[in-house]
Amino acid sequence: MRQTITEKILARHYAKKRVKPGDFINAKVDLCLGNDITAPLAISEFEKAGMRSPWNRNRIALVPDHFTPNKDAMSARQCKILQVFSKAHGIRHYFEQGRVGVEHALLPESGLTGPGDLIIGADSHTCTYGALGAFSTGVGSTDLACVMATGRCWFKVPRSVKFIYKGRLPKWSGGKDVILFTIGKIGVDGANYEAMEFTGSVIRRLPMDDRFSICNMAIEAGAKNGIIAPDEITRAYIKQTMGRRYPLYAARWAYLYSDKDADYTDVHEWDMSAMEPQVACPHLPSNVKGVSELKKISIDQSVIGSCTNGRISDLRIAARILKGRRVNSRVRLIVIPATQKIYAQALDEGLLEVFTKAGAAVETPTCGPCLGGHAGILAEGESAIATTNRNFVGRMGSPKSFVYLSNPAVAAASAIKARIAHPAEII
Amino acid sequence: MKIKGSVHKFGDNINTDEIIPARYLNTIDPEVLSGHCMEDADPDFVKKVKKGDIIVAGANFGCGSSREHAPIAIKAAGISCVIAQSFARIFYRNAINIGLAILENGQLAGCIQTGDIIEIDLAAGRIYEPKNDKTYITQPFPEFMQRIVSAGGLMQYVKDSKGI
Ligand code: SF4
Repeated sequence: MRQTITEKILARHYAKKRVKPGDFINAKVDLCLGNDITAPLAISEFEKAGMRSPWNRNRIALVPDHFTPNKDAMSARQCKILQVFSKAHGIRHYFEQGRVGVEHALLPESGLTGPGDLIIGADSHTCTYGALGAFSTGVGSTDLACVMATGRCWFKVPRSVKFIYKGRLPKWSGGKDVILFTIGKIGVDGANYEAMEFTGSVIRRLPMDDRFSICNMAIEAGAKNGIIAPDEITRAYIKQTMGRRYPLYAARWAYLYSDKDADYTDVHEWDMSAMEPQVACPHLPSNVKGVSELKKISIDQSVIGSCTNGRISDLRIAARILKGRRVNSRVRLIVIPATQKIYAQALDEGLLEVFTKAGAAVETPTCGPCLGGHAGILAEGESAIATTNRNFVGRMGSPKSFVYLSNPAVAAASAIKARIAHPAEII
Repeated sequence: MKIKGSVHKFGDNINTDEIIPARYLNTIDPEVLSGHCMEDADPDFVKKVKKGDIIVAGANFGCGSSREHAPIAIKAAGISCVIAQSFARIFYRNAINIGLAILENGQLAGCIQTGDIIEIDLAAGRIYEPKNDKTYITQPFPEFMQRIVSAGGLMQYVKDSKGI
């Protein structure tokens, strides 16, 4: 039987020629990740089990990004656990405030994730790195502890589902809209336990930032991983992020694709040429409608940021809409560049000036409001539009608040109009 | 292992933000976490729950974030077992890794109510509901997972097998 790209990567990390869906494997991990919520638990499990030193101090990334800058004394204590552990064991990829960023934007731009890698993270959106052609999936804290100790993790090989996107995306629609559309079609458990493989002419033309947005939300359909076979766009990206390590990956291009007659449980094929920007309504990411159906929904807050859409191209598109305009006086627009590097680049390009002059609050890189942690919490009865990835009950604050998910152009346009708006209404 | 307890019923797609809202994740203390268990799905849950009670839910239980705090909060609240039509995958592996009993059964949620008493035989994968004298059979755990659970969780398993 021929294999999918996911099966090929898993087989190589299990030192086998092939694996098949349903197999239990104990695979080698290239990189593992924890944050200020999940790593403290993992570290305590690691220590409780009497482990003295981690399996490889260069392959563990500890990223305090959720409640940072520390929102209270309890969060400060959590972050301290990461700092102390990193120092004690010489963990190379520990990121202090001022260098940190939202983990799933930070690790790729730091050149830590590449095609063909097997990556686990104690964070559900670890599936983001599939955009580079890696097998990457979210696990729990005990799994992270196990990988920190042994460098291995157990998996059940997932079945794969193929998505073929044909045509050309219209203006104002991007990667975020592709994935929202998809989740709207298949539902929040539409790909439970499965690998989502994204293909087709639409994907081939998309820049890396949009591909990250797509794979980021594979978990919102219940998937184990999302994956895009690497191509020239991937190659150019990792050449720039990896520098000296780039040649190590060159040999992988030869096998990082799905064989023509590989086995899929399902194949979905859609023409995307007429898809307007999509919005997921409260309280599920699958509750998706076209933006023009929602123009009557008023909003109190707009958030542009997160591991889904806090990258430089997201900020550029928002700035394009906000330039020379004002955020509506009834609305709080919060812009959060996902990493320090993106923040600096936005500063260089004059984007932060555009946001500030438009009346937006620009925050230092953090997850912040995305998970209702801090720095932009909703009150009872309030509604927000956000470029984040989850709109569950209470996700951004009060259990009686409402979150709509969109791309950054829609979030920026909505901030100007104080209601959900199509970017074409502005420019 | 045999379990008997009273049922708390929930619907489909119960996510980890409802099980333990992110605003409480600035701690890993199971006691503190359990005080907010299921808060955004049922604010009175912690007042009603008794040790040994059982959660019965619909499809995709535990979807959303990877927080292990979710099964930890449920376990620390005294819940002895969660039975759902299906589980989201990270919740599933977290529950196994920390030793919270879980079973997949598609019929149960449609047939019983909050407050009903059920009996579970975990090893056999059998659920018995005395009121209507009905028995439900579930898929027992794959052998690989049974080994983790019987070792008392993943880390103990790792230790016992010296690095797997
Ligand atoms: S930005 Fe939001 S979804 Fe992404 S890692 Fe942070 S909290 Fe999670």
